[in-house]
Amino acid sequence: MRLLNFFRGETFARGVHPPQHKETAELPIRRLPFAPRLIVPLSQHVGRPARPLVQVGQEVVRGEPIAAAEGFISVPHHAPASGVIEAIRLHPTADGLWAESIIIRVHAASSQEVLWSRPRDLTQLDAEGLIHAVQDTGIVGLGGGVFPTHAKLRVPKQTVIDTLVVNGCECEPYLTSDYRIMVEHADDLVAGVRIARQLLGGPRAIIGVEDNKPAAVAAIKSLLPDDGSIRVEAVPTKYPQGAGEMLIKTLTGREVPPDSRSYQVGAYVQNVATLAGMGRLMPRGEGFIERVITVVGTAVERPGNYLVPLGTPLRFLLDYVGARDESIEVIFGGPMMGQAIASLDAPIIKGVAGILVFRGRDLPTQQTRKTYPCIKCGECIESCPMGLNPSTLGMLAVKREYESMADRYRLGACFECGSCTYVCPANIPLVQHFRIAKSVLRGRAS
Amino acid sequence: MSAPSVELRSGPHIKGTRSVEQIMRHVVYSLLPICAFFIYQYGLSALASLIAVTAACLATERFFVGLGGQSGSLRDYSAVITGLLLALTLPPGFPMWMGAVAGFSAIALGKAIFGGIGHNIFNPALVGRAFVQAAFPTAIATYTPSFLSDRFVSFIPSTLAMPFMTPVDAAVWLHAEHLDALAGATPLARWKFEGVTAGAWDLLTSLSGHMAVGPAPGLILLCGIYLGVRRFLDWRIPIAIIGSACLTASGLYAWNPDHFPNPLFMLLSGGLVLGALYMATDMVTSPVTPRGMWLYGGVIGLLTVGIRYYGGLPEGVMYAILIGNAATPLIERITQPTAFGTVVKRKEKAS
Repeated sequence: MRLLNFFRGETFARGVHPPQHKETAELPIRRLPFAPRLIVPLSQHVGRPARPLVQVGQEVVRGEPIAAAEGFISVPHHAPASGVIEAIRLHPTADGLWAESIIIRVHAASSQEVLWSRPRDLTQLDAEGLIHAVQDTGIVGLGGGVFPTHAKLRVPKQTVIDTLVVNGCECEPYLTSDYRIMVEHADDLVAGVRIARQLLGGPRAIIGVEDNKPAAVAAIKSLLPDDGSIRVEAVPTKYPQGAGEMLIKTLTGREVPPDSRSYQVGAYVQNVATLAGMGRLMPRGEGFIERVITVVGTAVERPGNYLVPLGTPLRFLLDYVGARDESIEVIFGGPMMGQAIASLDAPIIKGVAGILVFRGRDLPTQQTRKTYPCIKCGECIESCPMGLNPSTLGMLAVKREYESMADRYRLGACFECGSCTYVCPANIPLVQHFRIAKSVLRGRAS
Repeated sequence: MSAPSVELRSGPHIKGTRSVEQIMRHVVYSLLPICAFFIYQYGLSALASLIAVTAACLATERFFVGLGGQSGSLRDYSAVITGLLLALTLPPGFPMWMGAVAGFSAIALGKAIFGGIGHNIFNPALVGRAFVQAAFPTAIATYTPSFLSDRFVSFIPSTLAMPFMTPVDAAVWLHAEHLDALAGATPLARWKFEGVTAGAWDLLTSLSGHMAVGPAPGLILLCGIYLGVRRFLDWRIPIAIIGSACLTASGLYAWNPDHFPNPLFMLLSGGLVLGALYMATDMVTSPVTPRGMWLYGGVIGLLTVGIRYYGGLPEGVMYAILIGNAATPLIERITQPTAFGTVVKRKEKAS
């Protein structure tokens, strides 16, 4: 495989090649109807929860702001459908906790038309004005990072960004939502890239797309300006190519040093869905109220790429796509880094790029297989994109030598891509050990 | 719709197909042609030795698994590998009961006392061999010629020696077979004690004459390449061992061709190829770090040639690998992988 990569061109070292399962790739984006009730949690992002702007009983129209950003590292939320505010109360969320949420009873005849907008001429805005325009859309890192996009766009002073890395890799198996956006809304994406370049002082932009998506590359290429300021590049299909540091390495050859941010090597990474959202919403002055989500898995009768109103209860969506089985596992995100969901009452929020639903009996063999002690085959070392030694880290974790893991074996550099656990023939839950170690260390530090 | 029950797991939610059992099973598959060739060379005695040693390994493994506290079981095939490899390193006419002792000590002393697969420090097969080398120094040095005409109808007499009895003197039997007693010496022993070296092609194929050798290095290489291509062994280790042995032997040969043998003789005689591909590559007892594998292989190659030239015994592979095993934790410590972002990139990709 390494030889193959040599011929394909330079990319990051190591990584894994799980089966891609992009079964939904050629299914066009379809709208999901409104659920009778939408649940909009005030915190769907990194930063402070938004502040409600509405009262119980108030009528809202689709697109209207219902919660305002609370400070700079925060975003507003908008009504995904027209209806009445039924309650503002605690509601179960994806991570199992209950969180303050605005609950909208949707009018039966709520229109798909967005009834609220504040269009602005973006060319008239200065950098600060643009950043606020980004914030007003309520958009966050849609690849799953959910960091407020406007805050990420305000890079520290004296930093020179020379490369805008646009992440169209979608390296997680099963997920195809970014692919559909690139194929169907390449114009929005290019518009978003233009806005981001304007904000960052006009760096070159490189859109990195894994080479298993030639149609996306072609769709984007046809819209690019002639001056070469925006390029699209097919990069080797390899997990985790879509991790920011990995894609920077592939496209620019630079490695982000440990404990550094990507802007310190002159690169700024943003996911295609986020930029396409900016490119679509900002000129129209609309809020971010729906997103493309791949719904797929062995328990799903009608898989597809759905345009899902935010706040849709998971249960409604599963019913719609025909996910019926005695026992299911529901994952928000991809199969490698996604999170299993405890409650079907959880609403779908801004950071969800995919929803995987597996029947219990189809679940992978990790749970059923015997776990051996490490046989030191070295597969994990050959897979770790960060150049760590998961084998030794795992043995230290079993002995609870967490400090040694952090100090001598760079546990902090692990971003939990799961490659080591995926390949481990001894079936050792390595990344799970690392999560525990990190959380124990965080606990000790605070 | 009735409420489905929701299962909660911590990601990754998918899992690669490779397993310990699968790795071990493929090593066993790749050993089968080598065992078949061994039987083709030495007939019934080789078959009896393979069966006796492997059965002893499996019985010992079963016993310790039954006692509890072992990490593996018979189902992981690792005891089969130990048995087959151990038998291949023993002389074909090695008494069966001594073979059983070797198998027992391999598993008991080499693996079980550490807690089972994954916990052992030394290659179990080599521990077994080291044990019988100390316990039965004469028997383990008694080789017999290959391709005897009656090998499929009668045993080498020593094979059937009664437990705790002295085996028949091989020289007497060889005389009865109308063979020179010296025919029983291995090529390495003949070089060491008589200064006679065998030809490289004869060694590679092991087919000509009645050479007292193990399975053909050529065949072992082919089987090892299969494992390497399927990535069931790490190719770095055999390349490092053979490369380092080759460099050392070539250097000495260039320095004094009259005193030191042809490097090809060094590479193809004795257990070097089997050791490099199947013994030193034992995952548990070799370094896990890629750079460590190079260092480990380099040390083993150097030691092998060193022991052969300067040691009292003609063969040094076993001790070289055992020393390599012992050095593995140290090697790992000084060869940790380079973390991402810690090396300043020399070239910038042109834009």
